[in-house]
Amino acid sequence: MTESILVSALARVEGEGGLYIGVEQGQISEVKLNIYEPPRFFEGFLRGRYLQEVPDITARICGICPVAYQMSSVRALEAALRVTVTPAIRQLRRLFYCAEYIESHALHIYMLQAPDLLGHDSALSLAAEAPEVVQNALRLKKIGNQLLAAIGGRSVHPVNTRVGGFYSWPKADKLAALEPEMAWALAFSQETVRWAADLPYPELEVDYEFVAQHHPDEYAFLEGDILNSAGELSPEADFDSLYLEKQVQHSTALHSHTPHGKPYLVGPLARFNLNFKQLGEAARASAAEIDLAPPLLNPYKSLLARAIELVEVTDEAMRILRQFRPEGESFVDFDLKPGEGGAVSEAPRGLLYHRYRLDGQGKIEFARIMPPTAQNLARIEADLWQLGPQILSKPQAEATLLCEELIRAYDPCISCSVHFLTLKIDRR
Amino acid sequence: MSEPRKPTLAVYKFSSCDGCQFSILNLEDHLLALAGAVDIAFFLEASSATKPGPYDIGLVEGSISTPDEQERIAAIRRQCTTLIALGTCATAGGIQALRNFGDATELAGAVYPHPEYLEALPTSTPIGDHVPVDLELWGCPVNKYQVLEVIQASLQRRRPHLPVTSVCAECKRNGTTCVIVADGTPCLGPITQSGCGALCPGVRRGCYGCFGPLPEAEIEAMVPVLQASQRFDGEAGLLLRHVSCYAPAFARAAELLASQEAIA
Repeated sequence: MTESILVSALARVEGEGGLYIGVEQGQISEVKLNIYEPPRFFEGFLRGRYLQEVPDITARICGICPVAYQMSSVRALEAALRVTVTPAIRQLRRLFYCAEYIESHALHIYMLQAPDLLGHDSALSLAAEAPEVVQNALRLKKIGNQLLAAIGGRSVHPVNTRVGGFYSWPKADKLAALEPEMAWALAFSQETVRWAADLPYPELEVDYEFVAQHHPDEYAFLEGDILNSAGELSPEADFDSLYLEKQVQHSTALHSHTPHGKPYLVGPLARFNLNFKQLGEAARASAAEIDLAPPLLNPYKSLLARAIELVEVTDEAMRILRQFRPEGESFVDFDLKPGEGGAVSEAPRGLLYHRYRLDGQGKIEFARIMPPTAQNLARIEADLWQLGPQILSKPQAEATLLCEELIRAYDPCISCSVHFLTLKIDRR
Repeated sequence: MSEPRKPTLAVYKFSSCDGCQFSILNLEDHLLALAGAVDIAFFLEASSATKPGPYDIGLVEGSISTPDEQERIAAIRRQCTTLIALGTCATAGGIQALRNFGDATELAGAVYPHPEYLEALPTSTPIGDHVPVDLELWGCPVNKYQVLEVIQASLQRRRPHLPVTSVCAECKRNGTTCVIVADGTPCLGPITQSGCGALCPGVRRGCYGCFGPLPEAEIEAMVPVLQASQRFDGEAGLLLRHVSCYAPAFARAAELLASQEAIA
């Protein structure tokens, strides 16, 4: 019989969190995802900063997905200033973002989630049993990091992003040198899909309300409006007024809800289900090979959505690497003026919204950041409630692992605690 | 005969973005060899298996910004023979140390509807302000090869080879044109420790001091240079009040700059 479950420190997640599931008289009485990542007040100290510092500062919210923070921030600031970038800049941003997806998804699939499914504590212990799997995973991750460094100078907190574009074009020979490795990365990503198809996923089907960025002509992660499961499309700038964070009565964590008041899910599962039609040929062929198509409603199987996305981004990166030519200046010049703008991009772990208000001197007057994991918190807790019967039927250790695995499957990035409240545990 | 015991390594996180411990996982070509040379006994971001201390080497990412963190770091110090502060949060309080120069309560109120729920200190401070640290490795993020070097040096009981030059020396080595001289762009390169590879001047922008102040940096000489190259009022001050804002030399330079601007 399972008793209350307490995981004081979740492992293989980015940042710090704990979990408490209360069991009283054979029934689940409480589910609490405890975020004890210290608050760092980014939105507060962004006020008064100069606009070109924003991509450098917001990158520091997350060391795993700094490009997402840079892209959402510069696009929100460009919206505030009514700046449109050139096609060459836009293409380089797509390539930059592909690189972050490659390193982040390779990390999550092979080093954070797969060890759970294969009965290991870590990729390092998995390496003892299947060294070639881990070596290939590290090679894939390295290619993502190399591409990030070729464009941004370094993979963690790159230095080349600015409002209007890039400080400099990347060196053509550095990009060209990555083509052979990227061809390998595409092939290995396709192999990853086949390998992932046969992993032993726990059973769980959830009636999700998905929310993701959507673009009619491409698999959206840089630009596009907001699409939900009901098929409603809304402008990205309106995101915060529609999907407001609310403080719920029994928790101090801020929870996000759809305009209809339901908790929703952002991330690879949402993108896969809502934007399946926008996937390129290679990714759709990989999905067909393993008979994978929407609806995909098992949160543990978000790994499959990530694997399909790996094929998508390695394929796109390959195409851009082959044909990219820097044309014109690497950034668009603009005049400073007062304004306000909001924008979305899709971090590897889900939708990331930024809004800024600028004064006439290019200084930030107001900043608002909604990271993906904050939006998913309500959803993760709801999933854990639904896991209830399975939790109660299993021995304590197995039940605990099942819960931890569910949380890890979300790829929560707790470091982005710009908006999390530290929970005080009520000890009665 | 039993095999000699492998040295144990523990990796800890405090207030930070995870980027520095992520740099360890980014040692793709060396990660498995590292795992072979040391027993990675505690590294929550990488493994759910943990072994009890004490540990031979402790790597600490992040700054101290909550009462709980103050207690944790003291316990960790007792657990680790060698304690290494990893990255600019751990060596200078990080970007979140910006709160040290303003009103932290006001900042919390700007972000959270109920700041009274927060258990945060009014300051974000380096590990070395709370416990003795054996080595400080700067960088936002750290250079992963420097991480490897300090682990190796610690295992071999020697001093690590870490550069003691300014970012300017790296620019010269790379053949990068000086952005202060050629473009009139404010740059902290002359007073910042090398280690990043002079990335910012490499893309024609000024350095913002990720690797912290050079120990013998001539702050008094640099302040007028920064002041003269400003493209808008307050630009140089913002550059100093960035990721390494709470490093004493940069904090002093920012004060100097502010006092001179007040006179002017």
